[in-house]
Amino acid sequence: MKNTKEAAMKGVFFLSACFSIIALLLIILFIFANGVPFIAEYGFFDFIFGMDWAPTNNVPLYGIFPMIIGSIYVTLGAAIVGVPIGILTAVFMAEFCPPILYKVLKPATNLMAAIPSIVYGFFALRVFTPFIRENIGGNGYSVLTASVLLGIMILPTVIGLSESALRAIPKTYYTGSVALGATHERSVFRVLLPAAKSGIFSSVILGIGRAIGETMAVVLIAGNQAIIPDNLLSGVRTLTTNIVIEMAYATGQHREALIATAVVLFGFILLINSIFLYFKNKEAS
Amino acid sequence: MATQSPKMNIKDLKLWYGDFQALHGLDLEIPEKQITAFIGPSGCGKSTFIKSLNRMNDLIETCRIEGTIELDGKNIYSNKMDVNKLRKRVGMVFQQPNPFPKSIYDNIAYGPRTHGIKDKKTLDEIVERSLKQAAIWDEVKDHLDRNALSISGGQQQRICIARALAVEPEVLLMDEPTSALDPISTAKIEELVSDLKNEYTIVMVTHNMQQASRVSDKTAFFLNGHIIETGDTRKIFTNPDQEETENYISGRFG
Amino acid sequence: MSAKIIRGLVYLAAAITFGMLGYVIFYILVNGVLYLTPDLFSWDYNSENVSMMPAIVTTLFVVGGTLLITTPIGVFTGFYLVEYANRKNPMIKAISMATDTLAAVPSIVYGLFGFLFFVTFLSFGLSLIAGVLTSVIMSLPLIIRATEEALVSTGRPIREASYALGAGKLRTIFTVVLPVAMPGILSGVILATGRVIGETAALLYTLGSASNIPVNLFSSGRTLSLHMYVLSNEGFHVDQANATAVVLLLFVLVLNGLSTLVSSRLSKGGK
Repeated sequence: MKNTKEAAMKGVFFLSACFSIIALLLIILFIFANGVPFIAEYGFFDFIFGMDWAPTNNVPLYGIFPMIIGSIYVTLGAAIVGVPIGILTAVFMAEFCPPILYKVLKPATNLMAAIPSIVYGFFALRVFTPFIRENIGGNGYSVLTASVLLGIMILPTVIGLSESALRAIPKTYYTGSVALGATHERSVFRVLLPAAKSGIFSSVILGIGRAIGETMAVVLIAGNQAIIPDNLLSGVRTLTTNIVIEMAYATGQHREALIATAVVLFGFILLINSIFLYFKNKEAS
Repeated sequence: MATQSPKMNIKDLKLWYGDFQALHGLDLEIPEKQITAFIGPSGCGKSTFIKSLNRMNDLIETCRIEGTIELDGKNIYSNKMDVNKLRKRVGMVFQQPNPFPKSIYDNIAYGPRTHGIKDKKTLDEIVERSLKQAAIWDEVKDHLDRNALSISGGQQQRICIARALAVEPEVLLMDEPTSALDPISTAKIEELVSDLKNEYTIVMVTHNMQQASRVSDKTAFFLNGHIIETGDTRKIFTNPDQEETENYISGRFG
Repeated sequence: MSAKIIRGLVYLAAAITFGMLGYVIFYILVNGVLYLTPDLFSWDYNSENVSMMPAIVTTLFVVGGTLLITTPIGVFTGFYLVEYANRKNPMIKAISMATDTLAAVPSIVYGLFGFLFFVTFLSFGLSLIAGVLTSVIMSLPLIIRATEEALVSTGRPIREASYALGAGKLRTIFTVVLPVAMPGILSGVILATGRVIGETAALLYTLGSASNIPVNLFSSGRTLSLHMYVLSNEGFHVDQANATAVVLLLFVLVLNGLSTLVSSRLSKGGK
């Protein structure tokens, strides 16, 4: 009686464990089964490197190169804005922050991670867009706006992981350096930071993954023109926003093209994720 | 010599962790209602051996066993043996006190509840009896609802002994029960163990030669996964047959 | 570089980070609190009052429904990974990889999948159930990871103690290990709650954006975040969108407070 209960529950646990594998397989199946045939039919090269996205033309065109470039631009922009600030803030949290202040700031970084992206998007729409329009130029819906916003949104990811990477470095590294007469700053930047570099690098990769996958905040402020932006103030459309904008009314081949866009996005994410796991494992060993 | 059949009888026990053989064909009889001590240098296999007496080694994935261990003449490694019932009959106390993060009462009552006792009055009686047997009743009787982690290490270990006694085991295995404790707690537990042998068969691993010679009736000396010598404690400590035993006891070994 | 400049940069970065966070919160509160009128909380939505009450109720439905499904599945997966499976088992590797990958999938891909699978293939339509099931998959990795970490950190001794008393695996897990791991699991649940409350992209094409409280599992609705998206996207009700953001922030603040509370209990319990 007791043993059958043990066996039954083990079965329940096992089935639960299978759930995530099944879910992932279903996701891959449904996205790829709907997207890949389209890519094959339309032509891989024409789809990936096509310069024109015009699904409503008489002869519809489904080139997503502008969106690929758009995603890369805003993600790079986010990294340029967010990574230095994030890493330096992590250094502050781990090595410079007074304990009393830390008790407030640590939950604050968690809060920063928890604020919904729609709130960030709304904030950027109301604050960054007019600011850029009035002080820098353009209409405010631009690569620059999206980059700054995403740079802020990846901060908690970069800060959190970098901070734990810094804290994981044995204290002896630091004391060894200080004992040689090095200043606190020099010890932190010349000894701790290099020692924590795989962990910090993986935090950056994860942040990049967040930025490339972000949708709802970007859609409000990026302008969403399906063109390759020629300057920082020009509008931009990313892979994610391409899907969310047109999914509402897309049918037939158009819908398949959007799903195929998700396939490409998925590819990016898998690539980024394997790089992340590579560095995470490197850090662990 | 005693004519009575041994409580536990180990025959040609071999044990591997993966490719590493930790025990090389051990034979040993454990007499009833006596204290048997296992001594030997670190890594000699005595802890591994004691853990195979209640099949705690089952929890280690790479562990593989050959040979037999009989409890009252029945092989504990046979398929018919219910491991949980076996562990009820052969209790264990660990090196580090490991009370559950629950109240003292719930710690003691955990075992009986596991084996189906629900009646509050019966549980109360078991808790009181076990704590008295473990000589800690007077210290904790007024705060049984306190978290067992909040008391001292020596008290925690006696709680763990009481917890083991609460399921009324026949054999009590103690794996270096005092090595993590201060001298005063150690003395209390040694005294307690001597009292317990009237009712229980006790097997004890110890690093402490004085402890083994003070409390045990029988002693087995382990070296590199072999039992080198077994016998009456007095004989092992005064006039061992084997040179390795003598070397170890007189302190020339690690 | 001199120590002073380095120190200056570090302080500047921290000031930017927390200044920005402060500014976001300040901006939302200052521009939103005044518009928290009783109208915004009336039970019935219409295009005049753009009440967020139905959205609040829908949010509770979606969060509740999601947790109801995802918590047991996630916790049980954690049990299987830590307590049952052999570490070398290829199944473990597969589950770990699947969990890591699921954690990295962008919301919009979840949304698209939910739309293709639940809404279209299973013909649930834009509905509460499609939204909930999509959220379940999305939040699952958070619960699994939290449970795994919490179980691993409980350590071997209390398990040994329980087994040595003749307790079976189930009893050991549920009565000894689970209570100790509870704060860790709970913080995973809180994290999942936050993720669902803040989610928009995954719900837009699964839950839909109907403005009333869903009457059954197969009717559409909108969560607070979706409501805010619709309002900010339309651009006619900016002040009300801002007021909605205040309420969203409030939710997030409460959850964050809870999580801080739980994790401080966690570190105390470990001592």
